Amino acid sequence: MLNTRVASARWSLVSLMVFILSCPAAVFAAEQATTDSGSKPWWFWPLVLFVFCLVLGVLAVMAGVGGGVLYVPLVSGFFPFHIDFVRGVGLMVALAGALAAGPGLLRRNLANLRLALPVALIASACSILGAMLGLYLSALNPDIIQVCLGATIFGIAMLLLFSKNTEKPVVTKQDAIGLALGLRGAYWDDGARESVEWKTHRTLAGLIMFILIGVLAGMFGLGAGWANVPVLNILMGVPLKVSVATSKFLLSITDTSAAWIYMNRGCIIPLIGVPSIVGLMLGSLIGVKILAVAKPKIIRYMVIGVLLFAGLKAIDKGLGLGFLG
Amino acid sequence: MDTQDKQALQPSQDQIIYANLLVIGVWAGIFIMLVTYSIYLFELLPAHVDTSLIAKVWNKGVGEYLEITHSPHGWGWVGLLAKGDFLNYIGFTLLGLMTLLCFIVLLRGYLRQKNWIFSIIAFLEILVLSLAASGILGTGGH
Repeated sequence: MLNTRVASARWSLVSLMVFILSCPAAVFAAEQATTDSGSKPWWFWPLVLFVFCLVLGVLAVMAGVGGGVLYVPLVSGFFPFHIDFVRGVGLMVALAGALAAGPGLLRRNLANLRLALPVALIASACSILGAMLGLYLSALNPDIIQVCLGATIFGIAMLLLFSKNTEKPVVTKQDAIGLALGLRGAYWDDGARESVEWKTHRTLAGLIMFILIGVLAGMFGLGAGWANVPVLNILMGVPLKVSVATSKFLLSITDTSAAWIYMNRGCIIPLIGVPSIVGLMLGSLIGVKILAVAKPKIIRYMVIGVLLFAGLKAIDKGLGLGFLG
Repeated sequence: MDTQDKQALQPSQDQIIYANLLVIGVWAGIFIMLVTYSIYLFELLPAHVDTSLIAKVWNKGVGEYLEITHSPHGWGWVGLLAKGDFLNYIGFTLLGLMTLLCFIVLLRGYLRQKNWIFSIIAFLEILVLSLAASGILGTGGH
């Protein structure tokens, strides 16, 4: 009964969101206020952005990457916003998607709080440094950030293509740090209909990797799911489903600190931010429902294709080549 | 499956508390964001920066944008809450503060359990998040 009411309230809110975010078109259509280019009224881009982010939200959760890793290169490539605003909103988008997905993942014990906390502390502290460095470089020349972003995205796609994630890695002996922190757990695998126990190894190496992950996440506003998953899974021996879910939850902590740096700097414009965040949050909710039964390999290849294109597009834009439009 | 196995599959109490707090905060954040965005779009409150002007300058760097639009940085938006556009920062701020709030609750739980390692980790995370949110870092430069 209560569940029905909650579901009903949730769908009412969803309908309200779609209505409100579609309003600019209806309310301001007559105005036809146009941008400098003279081709589009001001409300056109926020409206397209909302629909675009809805789709990204679904893809991001299913692939175990932050919305930011898809949002930043694609929006900076195809929308008329400066990279400063795209990175700032990108972090808020990744943060909001992670916050929306977090409760479901924690309750199903797919995301593990004990595993996330030590890792998040390192990554969030370093993401502050990354954000400050990114803003400094962008002030020097935004094309530097655009090209570096493209190269990073391309590298991420390669990493996903060639890294051999394992569904259930075999960890024969847990290391001392993992043991001291109690980095172990169990979850119910709906697909295989069995309980899976796990524990970490190479914990120190994993924690060190999160220094770099934090810096890159803050610098490019990318979130960090792309790096969290292989480090947790391949290096530390955490099962893929737990890695994907814990990574998503981790983003809610890592991106918070970097997002604050961008927000305090003035990089978040409500006109860009709200359609992006709400679109991503709605998409994330849909994605979480699918995640429990989805096959990670299919999602993986789908995202690699999108990332390869997004990386090339960012490099193309940064170098001013114009090959990709 | 014995009782011990079943218990291992259950999320910890800390996880449940964290999840419950998060779900309230996230939905409150969405709701506030929708309300303030509606107020902004329907011009129920005057905007500090005209939407047409934003569309003309959103392709410029943040320093130039702030200068042209006379917009504040840091927590300066609090002084402009009577403006429809800056009202939206309430929702952004709530999302930004959710993790901090969850960690304060977590810290209390860990201290009660006398779990010193995770108490220290949670405390340090609160410090990091507070420093980032304070506006002390990264607000200059224009």
